[in-house]
Amino acid sequence: MSTLEHHKPKYTGKRYRLDKPELLAPAGNLEKLKFAIHYGADAVYIGGQKYGLRSNADNFSFEEMREGVEFAKKYGAKVFVATNIYAHNEDLEGIEEYLRNLYEAGISAIIAADPIIVDTAKRVVPNLEVHLSTQQSTINWQAVQYWKEEGLPRVVLGREASLEEIAEIKKHVDIEIEAFIHGAMCSSYSGRCVLSNHFTDRDSNRGGCCQSCRWKYDLFEDAREQTWISEEEAAEDRVLQQFQLGTTQVPLFAEEDNAFTMGSKDLCMIQNVPDLIDVGVDSFKIEGRMKSIHYVATVVNAYRRAIDAYMADPDNYVLKPEWVEEINKAANRPLNTGFFYDTPDHEDHIYEPEEKAAPYDFAGLVMAYDAETGMATVQQRNHFKPGQEVEFFGPGDTFFKQVVGTLYDEDGSEIDAARHPLQLVKFKVDQPVQYFDMMRKKK
Amino acid sequence: MKADKPELLVPAGSVEEAVSFIKAGADAVLVGEDKYGMRLPGECSLDDIRRIAEFAHAHQAKVYVSINNLVSNELLAELEPYIQGLQEAGADAVQFGDPAVLRAAQKAAPEMALHWNAEMTSTNYATANYWGSKGASRVVAARELNMDEITGMIPNLQIEAEVQVHGITNIYHSKRALVASYMNHQGRPVEGNNLGKDRGLFLIEAERQDEKYPIYEDANGTHIMSSDDICILEDLHLLMEAGVHSFKIESLLKPTAYTIAVIKVYRQAIDAYAADPECYAFQESWMEQIRRLQDPERELSFGFYYKEQVY
Repeated sequence: MSTLEHHKPKYTGKRYRLDKPELLAPAGNLEKLKFAIHYGADAVYIGGQKYGLRSNADNFSFEEMREGVEFAKKYGAKVFVATNIYAHNEDLEGIEEYLRNLYEAGISAIIAADPIIVDTAKRVVPNLEVHLSTQQSTINWQAVQYWKEEGLPRVVLGREASLEEIAEIKKHVDIEIEAFIHGAMCSSYSGRCVLSNHFTDRDSNRGGCCQSCRWKYDLFEDAREQTWISEEEAAEDRVLQQFQLGTTQVPLFAEEDNAFTMGSKDLCMIQNVPDLIDVGVDSFKIEGRMKSIHYVATVVNAYRRAIDAYMADPDNYVLKPEWVEEINKAANRPLNTGFFYDTPDHEDHIYEPEEKAAPYDFAGLVMAYDAETGMATVQQRNHFKPGQEVEFFGPGDTFFKQVVGTLYDEDGSEIDAARHPLQLVKFKVDQPVQYFDMMRKKK
Repeated sequence: MKADKPELLVPAGSVEEAVSFIKAGADAVLVGEDKYGMRLPGECSLDDIRRIAEFAHAHQAKVYVSINNLVSNELLAELEPYIQGLQEAGADAVQFGDPAVLRAAQKAAPEMALHWNAEMTSTNYATANYWGSKGASRVVAARELNMDEITGMIPNLQIEAEVQVHGITNIYHSKRALVASYMNHQGRPVEGNNLGKDRGLFLIEAERQDEKYPIYEDANGTHIMSSDDICILEDLHLLMEAGVHSFKIESLLKPTAYTIAVIKVYRQAIDAYAADPECYAFQESWMEQIRRLQDPERELSFGFYYKEQVY
């Protein structure tokens, strides 16, 4: 079992790297990109208009990519683009042009699964880094070695790789290893699931996944006595009859039981950051290009602080409870530690009816702060009104709670609530805030 | 004018099955062990493979061995000795998905033919040619491709293509023990944890009450299988015209007698086409021979051959 509540023995492998790992965050659009980077991501990954696996996300145009890259540069951060479909014949035309456009937009790396995209990138844009996608489900060091020899500087491992297996891979191959450390997980080997194709005619390996693994199923045992056809029976016409007579399906559940599902709890390694660093993971990847700004900022901020704290003083590192609390405020599902310590078991799947989403709402974004009056200008992101308790937080340890006092609109007129999306409101805050700080409230 | 005959390939779970499949008309059998291979109808040791190869080679048939599971660090050291053993046993080709297997085979048995099978991720001719440039001589096409994609691949391929024409397909593969986990969650752990393919387990989704999706566990995790069986017999001539090199009949989760009957039918169709492509006509009686033995709870379908998929 690998559920968070259980105490985990600290991984005691040798530390292979002394430099800081990269914190890599998802950015579903330009705004999310800016928040992810402002809150501490060293790199973000995004999707373009083609070849990505999130056909429902509002993916980046080349123009938006350029703007994102410009923004990232100011922070010394990088932008990667996911081009991780498994291409069909019809997708092949246009890969070269698309990759050239990515390179010209200033993208630092693509994340590719299909070897033809890897190979085309090497040929057409040799200066664009190629990272092998988790969709390849790479979990052994010789496969990693193969991709290194193919010229790849980085492999994103399959989510099935344990800490021990990662250590083994790092021991044998001098290459950057990226691992998912937080977020939703395929419960299948990535790429090895076509449930969507079968249930809804949507191609999962080209971005059409409809998450059938999270649906509910009934499990039965076929108790037909005669499922084996002998050659003699096959020669006669007794076979069909036997099939029909014997048909019985025995349910392997009682009426009050939860249904069968493949749906997994979400990955969370906030309590285990030192283990990941010690074992040599070079890039800590957070899942969730479809997740909200509030989610991305909160999760990035927590891991940023944990990584910085451990790297600054590994011997006296202490996990701060508020990092875990913060993560829980943004979490959509129960959490676990995936395959890092053990193969997931019955405590790692979500059989119970799913709880409502994250317990907190993103209520407002701080646009400006007047130090003389203590008034903040806040852009409304969810309804809030005087008398409600809210939390302000920003990059690093910026955090305080207060009750919303008198609210004013832009013209200084008093209002009874911030009702309208993106409406600018002003009110007095208890501590200094700044642009990019966020305000959340309990649902 | 006579046409080149495509190969008829069938996975076999034992020496007896392999022999009976070859007698029924299979040109090649696919065998192996769960430790290295994936979703085989049964396990064949090196010694079994030696016996199968002897019989096969005496009957102008071939033996391929599946090493296409997802390879862990632990298995790496065993790959080269295993492949060497396969060569000594007389195997004609090895199926691989992981580049580690490709490398191991090239070291241990440089003459061994290599078939690239990455299951649902072998989806275009250019990637197949990429693996061809690395040493593969055949691609096993994903079952999720349609007829146009398959026939469109052939003229662009520098290597052979193998296509599944009949039987069940895998639709989900996890390393997790999902059935055992579910039973444990209910507080009814399964004695001895026998959740293998002989157990007859299946799933039903709420809105698809007529569809039964077989599910089983083995050393490689949990496998969920299609609720229907592909049968492209009616349009087999399109694949033969296109020049597909190998037709696979999947025998997994089927009684041997059923598979034998299916092999005989496809054998007739292939031979009839090869003898005279112009006069070839699909025979309804062929379908009848399959329908007689078809599990009435499993539809015979065209799989993805004529399905429009979106994303």
